[in-house]
Amino acid sequence: MKAAPHGVLTGVHFINGDAACCEGAIAAGARFAAGYPITPSTEIVERYAARAPQVGGTFIQMEDELAASITLQGAVWAGARAFTVTSGPGFSLMMEHICYAAMTETPCVFVDVQRAGPSTGLPTLPAQGDMMQAKWGSHGDYPIIALCPNSPQECFDLTIQAFNLAEKYRNPVMFMMDECVGHMTEKVVIPEADEIDITPRRRSPDAQLFQPGEDLVPPMQHAGEGHGIHVTGLTHNERGYPDLTIASQDKLVRRLHDKIALAAEEIADWDEEDIEGADVAVISYGITSRVAQRAIVMAREKGLRVGRMRLITVWPFPERRVREIAQKVRTIVVPELNLGQIALEVERLAAGNARVISVTHAGGGVHRPEQILQAIEEGAR
Amino acid sequence: MAAVANPVEQFLRSERIPHIWCPGCGIGTTVNAFARAVIDSGLDPLKVVVVSGIGCSGRVAGYVSFDSFHTTHGRAIPFATGLKLANPELTVVVYSGDGDLSAIGGNHLIHSARRNLDIKVICVNNLVYAMTGGQSAPTTPETANTSTSPYGSFEPDLNLPKLLDAAGASYVARWTTYHVKQMERAMLELLRKKGFGFLEVVSQCPTLYQRRNGMGDGLESVKFYKEHSKVKNDACLDDLAMDKIGEIICGRFVDRDRPEYGQTMREFYQNKLGAKYRAPEFQDGVLV
Amino acid sequence: MAKGAVHITVDRCKGCAICVEFCPTHVLALSTAFNGKGYHPPHVVNAEKCSGCDLCGMYCPDFAIYGFKLGKQGVAQ
Ligand code: SF4
Ligand code: SF4
Ligand code: SF4
Repeated sequence: MKAAPHGVLTGVHFINGDAACCEGAIAAGARFAAGYPITPSTEIVERYAARAPQVGGTFIQMEDELAASITLQGAVWAGARAFTVTSGPGFSLMMEHICYAAMTETPCVFVDVQRAGPSTGLPTLPAQGDMMQAKWGSHGDYPIIALCPNSPQECFDLTIQAFNLAEKYRNPVMFMMDECVGHMTEKVVIPEADEIDITPRRRSPDAQLFQPGEDLVPPMQHAGEGHGIHVTGLTHNERGYPDLTIASQDKLVRRLHDKIALAAEEIADWDEEDIEGADVAVISYGITSRVAQRAIVMAREKGLRVGRMRLITVWPFPERRVREIAQKVRTIVVPELNLGQIALEVERLAAGNARVISVTHAGGGVHRPEQILQAIEEGAR
Repeated sequence: MAAVANPVEQFLRSERIPHIWCPGCGIGTTVNAFARAVIDSGLDPLKVVVVSGIGCSGRVAGYVSFDSFHTTHGRAIPFATGLKLANPELTVVVYSGDGDLSAIGGNHLIHSARRNLDIKVICVNNLVYAMTGGQSAPTTPETANTSTSPYGSFEPDLNLPKLLDAAGASYVARWTTYHVKQMERAMLELLRKKGFGFLEVVSQCPTLYQRRNGMGDGLESVKFYKEHSKVKNDACLDDLAMDKIGEIICGRFVDRDRPEYGQTMREFYQNKLGAKYRAPEFQDGVLV
Repeated sequence: MAKGAVHITVDRCKGCAICVEFCPTHVLALSTAFNGKGYHPPHVVNAEKCSGCDLCGMYCPDFAIYGFKLGKQGVAQ
């Protein structure tokens, strides 16, 4: 399916990441957003509030993030593609409903423009401290998909991808921006509507609401369509009815996991360069990948053999490729605007095959390229 | 075999009955009134959606055959807000308990009444947190004994009708599980009223409230409501606070016409944006 | 002849006696027998007094009883 032309602002724009994310959502068919103001994400919903009545969309500003994070799910069950947008402290409040979306298999997108925490932290300077929260923040075991853009152009492109993945797997998708990417203004090319692929909602008039297909993903029905659907956050059977047994819990939770695990290779996305023959690989994401690029150029000028991998999907983690890289290089350098969250994941997958150097930053700014360079030099030794 | 069916039956997920509610619990009684009101209203039941939060009353969603959503604790109203805004054709009913709606969900209750979005809230008020074992709620009358006020409650309780009036609800009424006929009529009024409506049904929780307070079983509770309630449609809202053994004032307290949120929003944008406005449109059940 | 009758789904009943108490014409009484769940369901003791008003049905928290009107031939209306 292609994007609806009335939602696509085709042309070349000079806009920031927040605006590009909003345009990506509209192009992806988002016709509902619920929000609550918090910097540095607010520009996304400010723009959506202005654009929504022009594209057949609805925006509502709720009384808090607890509300916003479930209002959008109500809209999804009425037939909308929907998203909400927040930053750090608001993301914490939204944790209440990320697992509800996972449990009820409600396709929707949560955008987190990360700022420095913990707590109110440094409003509203950049960080990447919510990466693990995106995966584990809600209670219970549930699968998550998270994407991480590093430019305004990607804020547009990957927001569309986030909606598509949400629909394809009937799962909440976290869109993990950071303050720098959100507020950075660059050229953004928005293609023609017929060049934008949209994954339609998986629908079936006969299947039960939680009766999985071959890929373990069930199709959806909406309220008001005459199916008498029932949706609950309780452990449920394929009809959607509470089924409070250990066996049912095991079956449901494992299927939720397996539907994403099964597709992990397909979902995993990254770009990489010069891994073959490298002594050191730099694995990074978001704004940090752009600082790392400078460090890599500097290292190469010094004659070091450095490759790089930039994560586009963070969850599910591109495990196979990171394992392979760990067998090819001597050292993996992981710079990030936190005290080593993704570095832990890399370390787990390297499993001793490569040394992992975590280049930390508590947030509020970005690394100096020299910090990363130093780690590359150390890793090459 | 009877030639007619119980009117409630067509709206039950019969395979899930018997329900989990205790003997003499009032929640099922409210469902009887609701079913009859839906019939009286002439609404298409396939367009009626029931949204509940968490708690004993929150289980209503699981027993009625309407499209139904059992959401999270306190958040039935925001979920309903998304449903109603995305598809204004739906009649969206929030069916939940006092703790769910007025404590953890209190903020949403206030702001939804303020917006006056067309949502119909049925608040089954059993004066206590029942599902979790009978703890104090904001609605627990002073002096009542609960599992977290073992020496009696000393907190003032929340006067729900007064709160809803101040916040701007279009319709506010209160009845008890004794008043089955009035409850049915109030639910009908609620279903017909455009805007945010709120019906409080004072309902017994014999297992955890009445018994602990020496007020007997379900039957005794309904008799108590019969004896202690007073119908005052024009009551001064200040007088509606409930104490443990005093009068329960019932009636329709607010019935006014205010601009409904969804319609106002759409008309507002249409006027502001003129030709640039684009109305929401469904294609194959999905908004495009 | 009675103007109404009731239908009782014995196994749904939880024996709360609310229907018995609030039947305006005292048609019902709790039976001494037990149902499948161990409760005493109501039974009809004054059939001719039943008006079919369905108050019992409106009260019953367990959807276990309801009343309906009978026509001249004693058939449900
Ligand atoms: S605990 Fe109270 S409110 Fe809950 S089902 Fe039992 S009687 Fe009803
Ligand atoms: S239908 Fe009315 S009169 Fe007959 S048993 Fe029920 S409450 Fe009594
Ligand atoms: S009201 Fe219902 S549950 Fe209670 S005794 Fe009568 S039939 Fe049984």
